[in-house]
Amino acid sequence: MAKSAFLKSSIAKKYWMALTGLFLCLFLVGHLLGNLQLLMGNNTEAALQFNKYALFMTTNPAVKLLSYLTYISIIFHAVDGIYLAIQNKKARPVAYAMSNPSKNSSFSSRNMAVLGTVVLIFIATHMVNFWYKMKFTDQIPLQTISVDNGMGGKQEFIITADYGQSKFMPKEQLDGKNLVQVGNKIYITKPIKVEFAEGYKDLHKVTYEFFKSKAKLFNVIPNEGLVFTLFYVLSMAFLGFHLWHGFQSAFQSLGINGKFTPAIKVFGKAFSVIVPILFAIIPIYIHFISK
Amino acid sequence: MSAKKNININLKIWRQKNASTKGKMETYKLDNVSTDSSFLEMLDQLNEQLINNQQEPVAFDHDCREGICGMCSLYINGRAHGPDTGTTTCQLHMRKFKDGETIFIEPWRSKAFPVVKDLMVDRSAFDRIQQAGGFVSVNTSGRTIDANATPIRKEDADKAFMAAACIGCGACVATCKNGSAMLFVGAKVSQYALLPQGKVEATERVLNMVRQMDEEGFGNCTNTGACEVECPKGISLENIARMNREYLKASVL
Repeated sequence: MAKSAFLKSSIAKKYWMALTGLFLCLFLVGHLLGNLQLLMGNNTEAALQFNKYALFMTTNPAVKLLSYLTYISIIFHAVDGIYLAIQNKKARPVAYAMSNPSKNSSFSSRNMAVLGTVVLIFIATHMVNFWYKMKFTDQIPLQTISVDNGMGGKQEFIITADYGQSKFMPKEQLDGKNLVQVGNKIYITKPIKVEFAEGYKDLHKVTYEFFKSKAKLFNVIPNEGLVFTLFYVLSMAFLGFHLWHGFQSAFQSLGINGKFTPAIKVFGKAFSVIVPILFAIIPIYIHFISK
Repeated sequence: MSAKKNININLKIWRQKNASTKGKMETYKLDNVSTDSSFLEMLDQLNEQLINNQQEPVAFDHDCREGICGMCSLYINGRAHGPDTGTTTCQLHMRKFKDGETIFIEPWRSKAFPVVKDLMVDRSAFDRIQQAGGFVSVNTSGRTIDANATPIRKEDADKAFMAAACIGCGACVATCKNGSAMLFVGAKVSQYALLPQGKVEATERVLNMVRQMDEEGFGNCTNTGACEVECPKGISLENIARMNREYLKASVL
């Protein structure tokens, strides 16, 4: 009987919001740990480590499974959240002439839908800028290293992988006719496409250039790198407020409210402050501090 | 004894002829209100003034006027049961207001609590939720077992009593930004879930009460905690968490 209502009932919706939300908190931790490698500076070794990590994250089957879970969680959390917000608006057709909600609830708890929407917009732009480019285009060049050629000049080599060790390949060989780049693989002779070396998409460089860019955004706003940095930092503030309520709220939704609740609340608040700040430090470092 | 003091106040009150007409806020001036009078006595005074002026008095719910029946409601200055915590509107006194103050008085606003007239709302949705599962079935054929014959842990009994303190006034729904009734339903589920007598029908109870709650058009709880703060009986959010657990148990286990 009522068991069929398990997906649509008001309480079931809470469970799903809580489970997907907590999974996304785990995702945040993993993503943050990876991103923090960007703080190692703008040099070949740091870039290679980050790019190797990025290649692993886009190809490892276990990571792929987790990433699909993450996509599903984001979509479900957003759709369910919007649905909840619409339903909840309908539950009070006539608004109060005078309402004093700050006396009984936190700003975050009352504005989860708005905060979440901003975070969702951020995620969309973030994925277009990095995730989509990395996974579905060849817009990201392979990482190169510049080596002294002994004649007073410099020669650029593509860093390639071979049994876990990095090798080099002269970049000028990649002429688009005999040697072509497809994804992060280098192929020989266009029609035949014989793969003979694997490079690393230079996501590190793309990220640094993104936040350091002096170009005009939409050909109007100068210094787009600064705009991207500020937008990122602001989005992290919204994420922080969203987590301020969301983290501990998830436990209440799952029926966990007892002797551990004070500890969960403290941990949740620390999480909602520390995680977004650590994320925000990265573009600030790249834009203002790094070479 | 505090010095006797009278204040003059402005009132902005929701007036609505009946459920099918649109209401609006009306302004009234009321002079010489004793600060010792209760909020409802102030409204009585206003109604006398309105009747003397050949005007329609303001309809509002009240019964025991000592904070136990759950009949009085009123959203006063943007808060359910007014500015005090742990009290119902009937326990609120005019000494909490200043001379010359403008006081907003509105009915509970919820799709599930339609306005009957002015400040009175129809809270029978709560009755239907209660009827859907807020009971224990007992044999009444003359062999009724004395309730005290069943041993109950002191901690469980205390928590059940705390949940049962809910008077069903609807302040939780009124103050919730989502118009959710989960504090009420959580309390009603908890008061039985904690007791051995309630275990028998636990599964059907929580499923049926939640289904009825959803059907009545209450919103979804987002754990803002406003209900717990405004509840005149201090019903804890723990009761909602317990209902969530009970529902999970009933649905999947």
